[in-house]
Amino acid sequence: METVANPTYMKRKRNGRISIKAGSKSERVIRLTMMLLFVLTVTAFLLFDYTGLELWTAIVETGQNLKVMFFEPALNHFTWAEAFYQVGVTLGLAVLSTIIGAVIAFFLALMAATNLSKEWVTKVVRVIVAFIRAVPTVLWVLIFAIAAGLGSEAAVLGMLFHSIAYLVKAFSEAFEEVDKGILEALRATGSSWWHVVIHGIMPSTFTYILSWTFLRFEINFAVAVAMGAAAGAGGIGFELFMASGFYFDLSEVGFITYAILIIAIILEVFSTQLKNRYFPSSVRN
Amino acid sequence: MSEKVMQKRKWQMTIALIIIIAITYLSAAITKFNFIDGLVAFPEAIGWMFSNLLITQESLEKLPTILDKLVETIFMSIAATTTAAVVSIFLGIMGSKTTSINGFLSTFARFIASVSRNIPVVAWALILLLSFGQNSLTGYLALFVGTVGFLTRAFIESIDEASHSAVEALTATGATYFHIVNKAVIPQSLPQMISWILFMIETNIRSATLVGILTGTGIGYTFDMYYKSMNYNVVALVTFSIVIAVIIIELMSNYIRKVIM
Repeated sequence: METVANPTYMKRKRNGRISIKAGSKSERVIRLTMMLLFVLTVTAFLLFDYTGLELWTAIVETGQNLKVMFFEPALNHFTWAEAFYQVGVTLGLAVLSTIIGAVIAFFLALMAATNLSKEWVTKVVRVIVAFIRAVPTVLWVLIFAIAAGLGSEAAVLGMLFHSIAYLVKAFSEAFEEVDKGILEALRATGSSWWHVVIHGIMPSTFTYILSWTFLRFEINFAVAVAMGAAAGAGGIGFELFMASGFYFDLSEVGFITYAILIIAIILEVFSTQLKNRYFPSSVRN
Repeated sequence: MSEKVMQKRKWQMTIALIIIIAITYLSAAITKFNFIDGLVAFPEAIGWMFSNLLITQESLEKLPTILDKLVETIFMSIAATTTAAVVSIFLGIMGSKTTSINGFLSTFARFIASVSRNIPVVAWALILLLSFGQNSLTGYLALFVGTVGFLTRAFIESIDEASHSAVEALTATGATYFHIVNKAVIPQSLPQMISWILFMIETNIRSATLVGILTGTGIGYTFDMYYKSMNYNVVALVTFSIVIAVIIIELMSNYIRKVIM
């Protein structure tokens, strides 16, 4: 309110009148977004299809199911050794799609980084990446399953797409942050584009690349579980699907859930440490 | 950089690369993944896509039903995200170091967030399907649980980052706890929170497809139905409508983000 004393700080409309609308544009947009989301949410609940739902019994049953799952986990249809093997398959799928994805993403990111490549190449790569990101992973895997036949190849190829899209964005941003001086010095000595990449870009971004790849590995583990369940890609996700959808064996579902949970938490602890070490400010996904 | 450091770096890089290659081979052996087959399958698959995934006149007739299901899916993801955001704000305030009431509640909030985030959405969907049956609410709840876990962590981070000095200033004036949360913490971290909510809506539309395949609801079920009956023209149409919806929502949220951040 003190600003009223000083006319230069007063907000005026185009015709010279004092603006009496409170807040800036950003505040208005925030309020509008929140209102829009609220309205959409209310409409969503009205539009939902509630066929065959008895809410109270469903809640009670889910409570009982969760109790059985978490307090009486057991293995009935396969052995410990097999459980380890299936977890290994899921981890293997995640590793393969992450590492192959990282290698391909590295080259694409070189093309997508504005300081290393031509402007139109950058734009083309970014548009392709945006398109790839928009198709859900499960659809990629299912489409590859018909096109390339079932098996780990289809799953890995399908999961590759999103890994590449994610890593290209992360890598190219890291490349763009490389000190201009390094690149300029190398170019001044007459080194070729490949020399710049190998001796300028690689050494200064190597740790970033490794950390981003690991962060993607954490995501890919969850994706691999999902692909096992929804696209028949095998691994622990498929066992989860069988246990709940075919055997209706809640103790086994509980055991598998615990197995997934433990690995996911281990991966999360690692990646949080990586983030704190290499990315001081918060990391955007 | 001295020569010694350079040498050390080189060694580190070589060892890291060797370990990575070893892990890759091990994974390939476990999953029976054949690199040559994968390499050969890729161009074949792309060729197959271009010759089979075509949108024809016939498939366009299915467009109204597809759009109907797509709208249902989008609504489901938005509802799951906003309701989860409301819960996450409370959990986030409980869990953040700047605003936590006591150690027990803080740990409790973090524990809930960690468990619901690290159990994959697929598992939640399958568990809920058993008693909720085939309807929108199952998908909604599965997305809701996963989103609470993710958003709580994100909100804790944004609250921790944003508001130290403002909280200190308000504490110095003798403001109550609710004043501090209401006037300092929420307004400061709100743009960040909205940005996370928008991000989560985008993610959830993609996950909703996956959940839909498992629970038999929304656009995922439509896709699965035509996929299993091998009507690939309609499959292409479904895929394209998802792509367009996701890109439109991404553009909208990018605009909002640009204005508010």
